[in-house]
Amino acid sequence: MTTLTETPDKRRTQPRPGRRRRSTAVSKWRRRVPLLPALVFTIVVTQLPFVATLVISTFQWNILKPGDRHFTGLSNFKFVFTDERLRAAVLNTVVLTASVVLISVVLGLGLAMLLDRKFVGRGLARTLLIAPFLVMPVAAALLWKHAIYNPDYGLLNGTLNAVYQLFGADHGPTIDWISSYPMPAVVIALVWQWTPFMMLILLAGLQAQPGDVLEAARVDGATALATFRFITLPHLRQYLELGILLGTIYVVQTFDAVYTITQGGPGKQTTNLPYEIYLTMFRKYEYGEAAAAGVVVVLGSIVIATFALRTIASLFREEVSR
Amino acid sequence: MTAHAAAAAPGTRINKLIRRHDKHQDPAGAPRLSPLWTFVAWLATLAFFAPVAWMVLTSFHQEADAATNPPTPFAPFTFDQYSLLFSRDITPFLLNSAMSSVISTLLVLALAVPTAYALSIKPVEKWTDVMFFFLSTKFLPAIAALLPVYMIVKDVGMLDNVWTLIVLYTAMNLPIAVWMMRSFLAEVPKEILEAAEMDGANLLTVLWRVVAPIAMPGLAATSLICFIFSWNEFMFAVNLTATQASTAPVFLVGFITNEGLFLARLCAAATLVSLPVLIAGFAAQDKLVRGLSLGAVK
Repeated sequence: MTTLTETPDKRRTQPRPGRRRRSTAVSKWRRRVPLLPALVFTIVVTQLPFVATLVISTFQWNILKPGDRHFTGLSNFKFVFTDERLRAAVLNTVVLTASVVLISVVLGLGLAMLLDRKFVGRGLARTLLIAPFLVMPVAAALLWKHAIYNPDYGLLNGTLNAVYQLFGADHGPTIDWISSYPMPAVVIALVWQWTPFMMLILLAGLQAQPGDVLEAARVDGATALATFRFITLPHLRQYLELGILLGTIYVVQTFDAVYTITQGGPGKQTTNLPYEIYLTMFRKYEYGEAAAAGVVVVLGSIVIATFALRTIASLFREEVSR
Repeated sequence: MTAHAAAAAPGTRINKLIRRHDKHQDPAGAPRLSPLWTFVAWLATLAFFAPVAWMVLTSFHQEADAATNPPTPFAPFTFDQYSLLFSRDITPFLLNSAMSSVISTLLVLALAVPTAYALSIKPVEKWTDVMFFFLSTKFLPAIAALLPVYMIVKDVGMLDNVWTLIVLYTAMNLPIAVWMMRSFLAEVPKEILEAAEMDGANLLTVLWRVVAPIAMPGLAATSLICFIFSWNEFMFAVNLTATQASTAPVFLVGFITNEGLFLARLCAAATLVSLPVLIAGFAAQDKLVRGLSLGAVK
């Protein structure tokens, strides 16, 4: 496809040797014009704030102390790397992101493999399964917090109670899920939302499997497990990578669920980096520190993004050369 | 692929064609699930759907029936919670949400479609670099931009203004839209474009008669995806708005803290604000994965 697109270009830019260079430049700019507005807009709105963040991160700046704003070099970064709260936030971010992404990939893979086969009502099942991903994240977080985890009348304790009563007990246990298991509570709510995302990507991967290879394996008498291990899994690898990387990039940024379900608590047990930065900015008003933490998050994201971009680039090259 | 198929015996070639056709339809040879696994599949589906079902069910109950232990799923049905929501002024929040998501989506399309054109149909040199520049902006965490954005917006007096959200949502969705639209425009057959140009058709005719019919489904899917992301956005909305410009998710968290806990009304509000996205998502089901994977997976 790439070769096809280049041919008309050469033909057009060849006419007269004398005017050649100028007309090439003109035609190049003609091609660039349609994308300039989007490019300029993106640079202004997304890149300039990061430059500002970088600058602010080198200042001692608390808006509660307006007179005391001065350049401090890298001392905010020193603070970021030594502050206990922030270190806890980094650890929480890693735990939260890794568990949400890995659990939802495993569940998503299972669901995708089921939905890859034919069964009664498959279309309906698929539609119902993507619903959790479409519920507004804040609404989902509130739903889990109040309608499901609530110790007095949440669905979880309510169901436990009903089951206990069924077997003759007076009353089931009253478990305060969020205070007793704050991190799992947040993780489960997020896994519920992200599993459909993983399922969709992996299902697309399964359905892109070349049918003749699978058929050949079947003809050769390969077991289902062997087919999965040696054909499906290698084929799915790049889809798994894509799901994991995109999921990581989105889940690292989780703000809604933490803000709504636990407010980072109890203590700092579920405070992740975005929430900690938010607290530093709007509760402690330490702009310099918040900016420095922001820069650290950006650097961390760049590491993940580099891998993500590589994966997307390989899928992309395949598509372009197809 | 074609050379390969030509070299093979006629029989296999037909099989191959059938199989290629199958990939798009339901694979005729695809194994069915056994009854046991069908049961497992449905059990898992219902387990995942249960919280949504519970939310919708509770939203049609009275408060007294919603907060019972053990739960009473078959309590009498009522629309009271929904009428209460509208009497408690959810409307301005819904309007702000609608305005910020619809206008930002239109802006995204206005910027992304010409960009996608310049990346696929008449590509600029180094167009892949441009693509990856757009994509890389999506990977920078929004929280790191919150502080400077907040300060700039405050300086120019645009705090609590829907247009601030519109600009931010446009920037947030632009990379997704560029990638999606490019992948759709790349499907416009080059031969037809060249033939139309040879015949001396002008640009507008080519766009209208050749490009638009093929790109339209892509345009629809792209706008639905952008709509979903803007409608659901919370972090900027809660930190940059106060009273005038607050959107639906801000209403949700605000109404919990202001009024204590009303489970049935909360469920009604959650259902109501999720409804547009559920509808948009179900409508764009087939294209959803393409948007979520930024066009990388079809």
